[in-house]
Amino acid sequence: MSENDGQRFDRLPATAAEREVDGRATREEVVDWWADRFGISPETFDDHTFWEKGAGKIWIFAGDAPSPITIEGLGMTFLRTRQEHWKPTTDAVQRFGRLATKNVFELTDEQAERFVDGQDQEIPYDGDWGYVIAAHELAGEREPIGVGLYVYGELKSTVPKGRQRSV
Amino acid sequence: MEPFERYRDVVDDFEAFIDACRRSLPMAVRVNTLKATPEQVERAFDEAGVGYERADWHPHVVRVETDTPGATWPSIHGWVHGQEEVSTIPGTVLAPEPGDRVLDACAAPGSKATQLAAEMDDAGTLVANDNNLGRLSALRFNCERLGVTNVAVTNRDARNFSLKPFAAGGEHEGPQFDRVLVDAPCSCEGTIRKNPDALDGWSEDHVAGIAGVQKGILRRAIQVTRDGGQVVYSTCTFAPEENEAVLDHVLEREDCRLVDYDLALEHDDGLTEWRDTEFDPQVAKAKRVYPHQNDTGGFFTAKLEVSA
Repeated sequence: MSENDGQRFDRLPATAAEREVDGRATREEVVDWWADRFGISPETFDDHTFWEKGAGKIWIFAGDAPSPITIEGLGMTFLRTRQEHWKPTTDAVQRFGRLATKNVFELTDEQAERFVDGQDQEIPYDGDWGYVIAAHELAGEREPIGVGLYVYGELKSTVPKGRQRSV
Repeated sequence: MEPFERYRDVVDDFEAFIDACRRSLPMAVRVNTLKATPEQVERAFDEAGVGYERADWHPHVVRVETDTPGATWPSIHGWVHGQEEVSTIPGTVLAPEPGDRVLDACAAPGSKATQLAAEMDDAGTLVANDNNLGRLSALRFNCERLGVTNVAVTNRDARNFSLKPFAAGGEHEGPQFDRVLVDAPCSCEGTIRKNPDALDGWSEDHVAGIAGVQKGILRRAIQVTRDGGQVVYSTCTFAPEENEAVLDHVLEREDCRLVDYDLALEHDDGLTEWRDTEFDPQVAKAKRVYPHQNDTGGFFTAKLEVSA
């Protein structure tokens, strides 16, 4: 096993059998995580490749590129791995979260406004603790806003400072 | 406005031009079709009580009656991107298709790059390059907010853009591009309605200096485009030194030609002469948009085809 080089993009191995870099997530683990956590089917990502740059930061790219590749960005940051609880990014949840069938918090207008403003709020919920998708209704559809952390009866907003807004 | 005096003889109704340059610009957004339809955006603006009007020349451009479109739900979800109307011209003219390999040579902060990704329906590869490392974070932020996953971001001087990082195993260089956008750094005269201080520091020396950079960028863009591929050259300035003169320079040195295109905005043809210089007559196929013609900013756009 070799060490992760945080300065370049490496395509994730398809499965654990092909893993060459210690601790690196596999494509199979990544798509299974989205299926287990949010019910998003692995086929959703058939046209995408997954890459690691930086320790544990997984990027999703439409199509393919030579691996490794040393450039500034490749697709969208997608998932934080190499930690006990993997964490999806706000941007990934906004892009793919419409397909989620579980661990989705449907917020009222007022709750949604507080959430996107970065505020934590106490909301009763009987689902799993951990990272959830916060959503609300917009133009007649359920639309994902971002990632919440649900613990001890409280929905913590993890909307990054640069994405927080006062609606 | 004094630098604009030199355009008195080339702009029709010069007084109306100057008057328009003094007015502030209407706020506009572009619908990000990767995430929403114009109908969804309009319904969301209705729910928020924000007035709007769809532009008649472009199905995805909406003029909005708010000074802070960024604090509305359509923006938070990446359904829309605040973008001046004329800034959507070059992406519309380049019109990349899903599966294309596309380069945006001067991409930060990403308004046009994200429009290209939307035109491609996020399929194919968009290389978004900028030489300014500090502005790459804005480029990446906008790409991610708008849900783009087909973008590869590079940090090169566009005059020396390299295909090497994309070389497959055993190859020396990566593939050439089907389409390239050169939305060049410029003297920004056409942004005067958005930035009233746009002309501070204006001088003919400054214009000449930028024109040298523009020529280098456009030549390199032609070189990395496949035979039969297309390149769009655009600026947000009126200075012929940065527009027709750049085209004239590149037409003489690279194997390419200017091509016609449609634009449903009122505009003028490119200038075939400026002061004592005559340009290649092909430059008339470029289009100049002046602020008083459509109540927008000013813009210049040309479409080139790389010869087979």
